[in-house]
Amino acid sequence: MAKTPKPEELSKIDYKLPEKGWMDTPVEFKEGMYCHGARPQYLETVDFPNPRQWSSKKDEDWKLPENWKEIVLNGMKERLEKYRSFRLFMDICVRCGACADKCQFFLGTGDPKNMPVLRAELIRSVYKRYFTASGKMLGKLAGGRELTLDVLKEWWYYFYQCSECRRCSVFCPYGIDQAEITMIGREILNLLGLNTDWIAGPVANSYMRGNHLGLEPHTIKSNFDFMAEDIEEVTGIKVEPTFNRKGAEILFVAPSGDFFGDPGTYTCMGYLMLFHELGLDYTWSTYASEGGNFGSFTSMEMGKRLNYKIYAEAKRLGVKWILGGECGHMWRVVNQYMDTWNGPADFLEVPVSPITGTRFENAKSTKMVHIAEFTADLIKHGKLKLDPSRNDHLKVTFHDSCNTARGMGILDEPRYILKNVLNHFYEMPEETIREKTFCCGSGSGLNAAENMELRLRGGFPRANAVKYVHQKYGVNMLTNICAIDRAALPTLMNYWVPGVDVAGVHELVANALVMKGEKERTQDLRLEPLPEKVGAENV
Amino acid sequence: MGFEFNGKTYETDDDGYLINLDDWNQDVANFIAQNEGIEMTEAHWEVVNFLRDYYAEYKIAPMIKILIKEMKKMFGPEKGSNAYLYQLYPAGPALQACKIAGLPKPTGCV
Repeated sequence: MAKTPKPEELSKIDYKLPEKGWMDTPVEFKEGMYCHGARPQYLETVDFPNPRQWSSKKDEDWKLPENWKEIVLNGMKERLEKYRSFRLFMDICVRCGACADKCQFFLGTGDPKNMPVLRAELIRSVYKRYFTASGKMLGKLAGGRELTLDVLKEWWYYFYQCSECRRCSVFCPYGIDQAEITMIGREILNLLGLNTDWIAGPVANSYMRGNHLGLEPHTIKSNFDFMAEDIEEVTGIKVEPTFNRKGAEILFVAPSGDFFGDPGTYTCMGYLMLFHELGLDYTWSTYASEGGNFGSFTSMEMGKRLNYKIYAEAKRLGVKWILGGECGHMWRVVNQYMDTWNGPADFLEVPVSPITGTRFENAKSTKMVHIAEFTADLIKHGKLKLDPSRNDHLKVTFHDSCNTARGMGILDEPRYILKNVLNHFYEMPEETIREKTFCCGSGSGLNAAENMELRLRGGFPRANAVKYVHQKYGVNMLTNICAIDRAALPTLMNYWVPGVDVAGVHELVANALVMKGEKERTQDLRLEPLPEKVGAENV
Repeated sequence: MGFEFNGKTYETDDDGYLINLDDWNQDVANFIAQNEGIEMTEAHWEVVNFLRDYYAEYKIAPMIKILIKEMKKMFGPEKGSNAYLYQLYPAGPALQACKIAGLPKPTGCV
């Protein structure tokens, strides 16, 4: 594995343009900036083409089918006909450059091919050459270029240096969604068996066992028992979650990272404590045991296949509606694709909170409510007894996760919750939050280990904004509502802003939650001592 | 990828984790450990053996929290800490000890 340079070195970013034009500057693969190729077993599991052992290094033989070029061009043709958005995005860019410096991967690498406009041009140039009259006739003069093996490898390198975060699309006067271009680019690469091992693994696991990690039902149960033990130690209360329970009112779906890795497990303990306190009639599922969907980082079809189980399980269990946890890309899938992919979910009801009676009209079509909406509504109606002073040891900021912020507009709910469960909240600079949030640098399945330099560079703008509030206000806790964030940000903070820890919002909710019959709390959910009491309980 | 050991070829992923779990035995473990710069002592084996037992039952490496708590139960409080595990496996118990134990690394949002 490539050795990661020190922060002093990595932060010296060279924005100098290459000597020749971009078409004449061949791609160079830098160690630490790309992922391993998908192993054959994973592709075989989901019947994907061209499973084989291969190395994704540029100079190695990628073992492509002989007619790979034909496959790519046919694949492009099919998608140009199928997705109006794709053709539109290929045609309408005027190269105004508004997006160029908005991408954290460009800001962190200085590589012009990470400017969204140029990343799109990598595939647009092939579109022009093979699918437009001017490009067919005039070639390079009309912005077209031949599809060569080098071009294909360039696609691989740069479509896996985009986290599909859509920050650039916020600034595009035409609203071109670069994430969709990357998605189609990856989809075409997958026709040749060109996926990363880190994405293909979770896809195969999720397909076979219901979740990215491949946790089997008894493993899930054992992890929950373990978390329940810790909750009992902190609160004296025994939570008893149920699994696959028919007739429950609500099915709860969360990212599997939340019941496997820290600090996700603390978020999960937060869900468990909140639902217990409410006496919510809900169930977990060991089948629909994943909110995330690495299939959506692979192809639309694979996203749909993995997403299927959520409605299928809701139907099998006979629940009324679905509640979803703190996951990022799950919500892009749920909000934008689920009901057309696998709906209509006409066997479910429009979600109504059993505690407040609020009818979630916004979830009328998907029947799935985001937990931040659910909890914000509880607080708004005064249904939770909260003691924010239990979070007084924390100075907190909030990182908007790309998918929930730009993919569904969850901007105010998490902030409303945080401000009610803690006393010290500080925003990062305006141009780095809400719709304009910077990506953690590891979204869309880029959170592997071998591409660590890419992740640290892509996360640099986010880390910079955290550093600002860390230095100015002493912020020591970076909150978020995404499992990839919880997995990726601790590494990013350790590297760029040591002294800042990472937590999901519901961990801090549960810290503050005053539960009926609890013992006096002396520890937070991490089993760390609570700050000394100063004020009275804030109800 | 892979490596040769005692005249046999072992298939691994690009980070050196064994692909076929049945390929594992103590000698192979010692060999992988050596390449990681680790001399296997009894203390190292305690961790590796626990990981393998856990994997046999649960088909995945344990959460670090579980590893720590179980180590504490089995071998006493001084062995149930992150610091102790990092002392044995400087590159991290999750990655390095699992590699030596012949287990695949967990993937997804972790």
